[in-house]
Amino acid sequence: MSRIAGYRRPAAGTQPEYLFPPYASTVKRAPTQPLVMLPHTQTELTGPVFGYGEVKRGDHDLTKQHAGDPIGERIIVSGRVLDENGRPVPNTLVEIWQANSAGRYPHRVDQHDAPTDPNFTGAGRALTDKRGHYRFVTIRPGEYPWRNHYNAWRPAHIHFSLFGQAFAQRLVTQMYFPGDPLLAEDPMFNCVPDERARNRLVSALDWETTIPEIALGYRFDIVLRGPEETPMETKKRGSR
Amino acid sequence: MSLHATTSQTVGPYLHIGLIWLITEKLAPAGVPGERVSIQGRVLDGDGKPVNDAVLEIWQADSRGNYGGKRFRGFGRSATGLDGAFRFHTLKPGRVPGPGGKMQAPHIGVNIFMRGQLKQLVSRIYFPGDPANAQDPVLALVPARRRATLVARKRGNPGVLEWNVILQGKDETVFFDC
Repeated sequence: MSRIAGYRRPAAGTQPEYLFPPYASTVKRAPTQPLVMLPHTQTELTGPVFGYGEVKRGDHDLTKQHAGDPIGERIIVSGRVLDENGRPVPNTLVEIWQANSAGRYPHRVDQHDAPTDPNFTGAGRALTDKRGHYRFVTIRPGEYPWRNHYNAWRPAHIHFSLFGQAFAQRLVTQMYFPGDPLLAEDPMFNCVPDERARNRLVSALDWETTIPEIALGYRFDIVLRGPEETPMETKKRGSR
Repeated sequence: MSLHATTSQTVGPYLHIGLIWLITEKLAPAGVPGERVSIQGRVLDGDGKPVNDAVLEIWQADSRGNYGGKRFRGFGRSATGLDGAFRFHTLKPGRVPGPGGKMQAPHIGVNIFMRGQLKQLVSRIYFPGDPANAQDPVLALVPARRRATLVARKRGNPGVLEWNVILQGKDETVFFDC
């Protein structure tokens, strides 16, 4: 079914560890026993496929889910989903969720004293096209306080969930906004030592997708793990 | 071209907003062949407290050992309740090849997401009493005393299995570096 041998292991410093005490909730939830290295078998090399039976055409527009317009600054968030070999990942499900423009989620756990917006749920879905492109219309999320440490505030962010084409490619991440002064203080953003990896979580203002008079565009490209690139045949030939 | 995979970030406490639309706890429609099993369990943290904000996703083959069929996709998603409980009603998968073409015992792949985890936990569910478990090439990589954490237990009615996610401690579930 699958012809690849496995997916690449992460480059040093680019993916978080489970235990990261600056993010306090990791302490009681991170495994304490060593992880067992899992060879990539058919279970890890395959994954679910989703289609337009599930994702409706308008699911990418978070500003059109209710009777009225949500409060806030309308933005376009778009980009490409690629693998580590630079190949586009087509027809893959992208799920997003975010706070409203006041930094409030419509969720029983969110007790932040900021208004909910009856015209904004903050959830969207899209499938990438055959060249790996996705696009959402939404509003710019607000920053909000959390109780991780004294005077802790999350930078504005949008949660992203991606399936890719295999169980081993599954990725959940967050997109941030350029120039946000809260990034420097945020334990989640700073969970990996590699500065370039962190900065790839920050979207870029994008004039190409900006719609004049309507909405600023932000570009956020996402890279999923790529297949190991050493086919057996090549290896054999090279060793002669 | 060589890129690095995007850094993983936590799903956070508000994951339900984005993920509940695809809750899939019943995986096996009527008419699809296979032995029906209900797998239920709880997620418990380092203090033994229920984790009420986790999402579990499973990925499995059909009863013949094929992935991604038209009538049985093999994907499930369940969110834990206040008691930390999740459930899947599915079928026992067939065997699929593993490393070196050696057949694996029937198993289900599991991705676990929650606040307090900067990347998902990866585990597997195996089936109690299956003779293939003794030869499974992945279980063989797990220290013998911890293997039982990957095998569901029979509970009450036939076809009802329990499999818990213990995040820390002496009964800590085996998690994989996937």
